[in-house]
Amino acid sequence: MTLPLYSPQDDPGPDFAALVRRAGLAPPLPDGAVSALAGPVGPGGLTVTHGTTCVAVRYADGVVMAGDRRATSGNFISHRSIEKVFPADRHSGVAIAGAAGPAIEMVRLFQLQLEHYEKVEGSPISLEGKANQLSQMVRNHLPAAMQGMAVVPIFAGYDLQRSEGRLFQYDVTGGRYEEHDHTATGSGSLHAATVVKLGFRDGLPEPAAIDLVLRALYEAADEDSATGGPDLLRGIFPVVATISAQGFRRVADDVLRDRFVALYESLELARSTATDATTAEGGEPE
Amino acid sequence: MTMPFYVAPEQMMKDRADYARKGIARGRALVACTYDDGILVCAENPSRMLRKVSEIYDRIGFAGVGKYNEFDQLRIAGVRHADLKGYSFSRDDVDARSLANQYAQILGQVFTHEMKPMEVEILVAEVGHDPTGDQLFHILYDGTVIDETGWAVLGGEADAIGERMGGAWLAGAPLGVAAAAAVGALAGPDRTIPVSDLEVAVLARGNGRRTFRRIEDEELATILAPSESDGD
Repeated sequence: MTLPLYSPQDDPGPDFAALVRRAGLAPPLPDGAVSALAGPVGPGGLTVTHGTTCVAVRYADGVVMAGDRRATSGNFISHRSIEKVFPADRHSGVAIAGAAGPAIEMVRLFQLQLEHYEKVEGSPISLEGKANQLSQMVRNHLPAAMQGMAVVPIFAGYDLQRSEGRLFQYDVTGGRYEEHDHTATGSGSLHAATVVKLGFRDGLPEPAAIDLVLRALYEAADEDSATGGPDLLRGIFPVVATISAQGFRRVADDVLRDRFVALYESLELARSTATDATTAEGGEPE
Repeated sequence: MTMPFYVAPEQMMKDRADYARKGIARGRALVACTYDDGILVCAENPSRMLRKVSEIYDRIGFAGVGKYNEFDQLRIAGVRHADLKGYSFSRDDVDARSLANQYAQILGQVFTHEMKPMEVEILVAEVGHDPTGDQLFHILYDGTVIDETGWAVLGGEADAIGERMGGAWLAGAPLGVAAAAAVGALAGPDRTIPVSDLEVAVLARGNGRRTFRRIEDEELATILAPSESDGD
């Protein structure tokens, strides 16, 4: 590889994605349609590996993001321990749902875009600017999305200028929507979002926010076959990360294990007290 | 009567080298050295915006003296080279040696083929996973690469500063000692450089994936304070 020197007139600036295109490293768009729909695919078609449910919730010190670990190809589980929540830079994170391959590639390019800008310009992009950058990437991905490889990310970060956590949700066209309190994406998002919506309070402390996203993913996994629940046997837990003034921090697996055990216990207790209450009222226990 | 100008190649190279050296000597110098947790780069630079020391990649730093626009162009090319290489291969495949060679190629080519040579001297530093892996590549305006051990001095008065640095530097010293040695060498015996005129950065092994970190203002004053009072 030679040193990429450009004359001042056609310098790509701090844009890494443009540099990648200039260097001829950007992958060409697929020309045939790819079916990414669930269900068996006929001869000639391809099944694309899909990642599913992610949620993000604002809490007292910033934002907590979480994503389950399952990837599916049609009705098969293709991966049990895929990761869908990534640090974008020190104070932001990105969670992805949709076609896993292009999504992970998009995250990689996005991470490099932010770091590259910071190094070339000497200062990081504002949170708003990062959200817009991701919007452009999703927009550029639209032709592939039309062929069944949609990628729908969530972007969340701690805004150092405003000193608060912020959330951004996207659609396949690159539409960027700032959410105030919480957001979810992926096949199990309907169930996850409902749980988060019911449990959300303003200024949740960190442990409560983590419990809330775990409960949301647990309920999503309970209802949606493409979302993976906690796997105590293999020790696979959702990826949970907090983003605050201290930066992006991933919550350790043993902490998550304890939280899930506590969640199971509370669910068990809730069921048994419900049964006790019926017995006490003279009803027939099942 | 017309006489075709003939300039002997030796003379031409000498003129170009003198031109470049003069340009470089006009600016302030810069010192880099290893310390127990990585590599320290210390420059005399009153500007907070026009940096001489900066980050190239996870374990690689860049420093330049001479003409700002020329070494800054090289810096950006280095960041692009490193990011593209890391993107198409892996982050572990990006190394200072190949980058230093690329710089040497460009500087050498400009020195012989262009109208004027680049009036810069640059340093490419890579912090190793252990102290034996630390590398300092010093590249001159004509593309000469010097693989320095322990410390390197770039810019005007390099000989005098190097002599002082050679006397003050200790292998495996903590950051405070290394910083005091570097600042002392830059300043010389008759002068003290105020903290606001120093640009200091480290590539620290203990700093996570991105090892580059600037040390500024109060932190720099704290690091330099105890050894300065010892010296007084």
